[in-house]
Amino acid sequence: MSASPTDASPGKRAPTKRLMAPSVLFLLVWMIVPLAMTLYYSFQDYNLMMPDMRGFAGGLSYELLFTDPVFWDALLNTLLLVATCLLVTVVAGLALALLFNRTFVGRGIARTLAISPFFVMPVVTGLIWKYMLLDPVYGLFSWVMRSIGLEPVQWLSSYPLLSVVMMISWEWTPFALLILLTGLQSLPEDQLEAVRLDGANRWQEFRHIVLPHLGQVLYVVIMLESIFFLTSFAEIYATTSGGPGTATTNLPYYIYLSAFFQYDIGLSSAAAIGAVVLANIFAIFLIRFVAGNLNAGSQR
Amino acid sequence: MTASNADRTPGRKAGSGGTALTLLAWLIGIAMFFPIFWVVLTALKTEQTAFSMTPTFIFSPTLESFRSALAQGSGYWHYALNSVITAFGSTLVGLALAIPAAYAMAFFPSRRTDFTLVWMVSTKFIPAVGVLIPVFLVYRSLGLIDTRLGLTMLFTAMNLPIMVWMVYSYFRDIPIDIIEAASIDGAGTAQTMFRVILPLALPGLASTGLLALILAWNESFWSLTMTDYHAATLAVYTASFKSGEGLFWARLSAASVLTIAPIVVLGWFAQRQMVRGLTFGAVK
Amino acid sequence: MAIVELKNVAKRYDSMPGKKGAEHANAVEDFNLTTKDGEFVVLVGPSGCGKSTTMRMIAGLEHNTAGEIRINGQDVSSVEPRDRDIAMVFQSYALYPHMSVYHNMAFALELKKTPKEEVKQRVQEAARILDIEHLLDRKPRALSGGQRQRVALGRALVRQPQVFLMDEPLSNLDARLRVGMRAEITRLHRRLGVTTFYVTHDQTEAMTMGQRIVVMRDGRIQQVDTPYNLYERPVNRFVAGFIGTPSMNFLQADHHGDGLGGQGFSCPLGPRLQAALGEGGQRSSCWLGIRPEHLHQVEESSGRGRLEGVIEVIEPLGPVTMVQVRVGDTLVTAQLAAHLDVEIGDTLGLAFDPDQVHLFDIESDQALGLEPDSAASSTQATA
Repeated sequence: MSASPTDASPGKRAPTKRLMAPSVLFLLVWMIVPLAMTLYYSFQDYNLMMPDMRGFAGGLSYELLFTDPVFWDALLNTLLLVATCLLVTVVAGLALALLFNRTFVGRGIARTLAISPFFVMPVVTGLIWKYMLLDPVYGLFSWVMRSIGLEPVQWLSSYPLLSVVMMISWEWTPFALLILLTGLQSLPEDQLEAVRLDGANRWQEFRHIVLPHLGQVLYVVIMLESIFFLTSFAEIYATTSGGPGTATTNLPYYIYLSAFFQYDIGLSSAAAIGAVVLANIFAIFLIRFVAGNLNAGSQR
Repeated sequence: MTASNADRTPGRKAGSGGTALTLLAWLIGIAMFFPIFWVVLTALKTEQTAFSMTPTFIFSPTLESFRSALAQGSGYWHYALNSVITAFGSTLVGLALAIPAAYAMAFFPSRRTDFTLVWMVSTKFIPAVGVLIPVFLVYRSLGLIDTRLGLTMLFTAMNLPIMVWMVYSYFRDIPIDIIEAASIDGAGTAQTMFRVILPLALPGLASTGLLALILAWNESFWSLTMTDYHAATLAVYTASFKSGEGLFWARLSAASVLTIAPIVVLGWFAQRQMVRGLTFGAVK
Repeated sequence: MAIVELKNVAKRYDSMPGKKGAEHANAVEDFNLTTKDGEFVVLVGPSGCGKSTTMRMIAGLEHNTAGEIRINGQDVSSVEPRDRDIAMVFQSYALYPHMSVYHNMAFALELKKTPKEEVKQRVQEAARILDIEHLLDRKPRALSGGQRQRVALGRALVRQPQVFLMDEPLSNLDARLRVGMRAEITRLHRRLGVTTFYVTHDQTEAMTMGQRIVVMRDGRIQQVDTPYNLYERPVNRFVAGFIGTPSMNFLQADHHGDGLGGQGFSCPLGPRLQAALGEGGQRSSCWLGIRPEHLHQVEESSGRGRLEGVIEVIEPLGPVTMVQVRVGDTLVTAQLAAHLDVEIGDTLGLAFDPDQVHLFDIESDQALGLEPDSAASSTQATA
């Protein structure tokens, strides 16, 4: 039926405005207004240490930002982090989803164990990894390496970004697993039976039936994960504090440092605008997806 | 339990090589869970056993670390109370805001509501750092820094877009026929809402609330930047172990366990219901 | 009890850009009908013809964009569904899944603040009539399709409304149950005497249940008539083809001198057909309509129409056998005796009585030669 349910009550319009207004106002006040203010501050010469010396600065903050090598390091680290974590979590998540899509003894329990890391608070993740797993002397990883006759690795100082990638991937592979597994289970069994009767082997079955079916779900996983990876903070805060040097400083951490340690509102606002732009490049694809979903759904 | 749900779904039957794959699946499950298990184990050790180059698996467990983590002066209860208040508070405020909005969008859709919905979801993708500075400055001048109210509102803003979307998609699952039947049966807007729509959407509302609760509980960016002590949550409490005190592994572990246990257990029971909201309805 | 009047009722959809194709489906134009008190009216037509939309406008679930709808003389166009005192049975049943059968049936009464005792008594009564007393404590999901159907009926019954609306209520049932429920609904209607609108796409349901049938197509009424008249005097080729199973056969016939004919068939012209053919000017061709049950396998054929063709399909149904014969480029269906001594590929000759054929204009598809009295009473508008 193409008629919208609006017609459900002749003679009366639903008070849609009044019902939506609180949510809209709330998001305006807490998200959109501050975003506009960030944009405004980014053109101000404003340092909290010298609150009286405030004034219009034009593009000065952006100039400073673009000439700051740390900003470029942060940008590069952010992109590296997002790309590596995406690759690891999606590939591992897909492999695990296939593994857990079989019927076997205690599947429910094994799966519940596997997805548990997703529910762990990121700060705690950071601490567990920093101390109990990656500590060069007392960490579990070092013990394992020593036991098999290898030299223990100074994970956080020698491979800082890799260490952060490991932590984030540990947290988010379960997410990919959970969602892709649900996607796999929504695959109609008769499609698989049909393709098996057509003589497909397992790889062909995966390539031509399973993967296309997962397309939309994979898309959602990738987009959502990128949004979260772009804003990774707690894992870095709790472990490396952006170091050593700038090795693990990503954009959020860079902004945090310039705002709360250099008190430079202009510079950190300019960097924040940069982060917003970056996030939007990713988000635009997801929004388009959501909007498409909406249109498809409204023709029910 | 949600797990049994999955067991009913047919997958590839374990055939030849099935045992190896089953073993592998179990091994991976255990490996993924191991760090959590290890923290729990460490929390039950004495500091001496915990802090050793060769890990101990067999020992006589002690609740000493939990006792000291929960002791007066450790502050655990203060932080935990803040976590409970801000997580539950933001969830309730979020539901109160999201339900009416989602109701309007699901049952009285128009171009304007469609646009509003997409706009709301899109605000989710403004990174927190993008609004950090103004929020901090405004909060400071309003005296909202380090207050539970201020933090709760930030959590609400963080979760609201997802909550609206989830509630919307659960409402949309209610067949329009049933709403129409109610209107023919003589139900007004409020009666339809409270006697038909809400009871039908209750499981969905519950999982929306659960997800919001989990996200708010684990949130750390706003907690770390907007609070010091008064409104500081468990995220701030555990973050304080990141230096110095980090040498007391048993205590650190006990504190970690106390911080994550409620939410991990909640997550176990809500895993299925959360998937749908997290994927914006792409997977049911 | 109620008289429902629809005057020039129309439903037009704003064609929304980007939603092409669905523009005209479900729309209704110029719908005129006045029921008798307690009448059972069936709206029938192919999907998208506007029959459901018409019913939903009577229910108030959709606005009519033109015309007026009156129930017992009162214009209800701006009255909320809940204030119209109507009950509706949905195709999907639309039972409240979280309520027991009892509460599903009691919901409307509870909303009206009916005294508890009376609610109980009325629900019990309806449950007894529908034989679902033993199900009152169950939730809808614990019921079979047929049981849900009864509960949906019960929910309407309890209301004791002025008008019953039923939107394809049997289409989700399997064939056997459907036949049973058909008779049961007719019985219920006779017992309660409530004015009823019944929407269906199934002409058998329409014929067996309706006191009057409204045949619709593309949002317009084609014919409003009794089942008998629809079958005997269809006003156009659409109604003729829609009513009756298997469908009427149509052959394009040329008029030459003393008869009608074409490749593989001929039909002598009696006075009735002569007059019909001459209606509104002489015609050189027309559609010849013959119902499958009017074709016979007879040798002697003086004064009869004849057709001949190769058998392509034979369907033995038990009491009769359906045979499809290729006549020219048309496939003609004939309903013949149970035991036939023919095979696919055989050439079969069939005869028919010229008094039983229908003629339709080749351009407008309008029936030719309807007796004036029935034409006046039965046609509504057929633009």
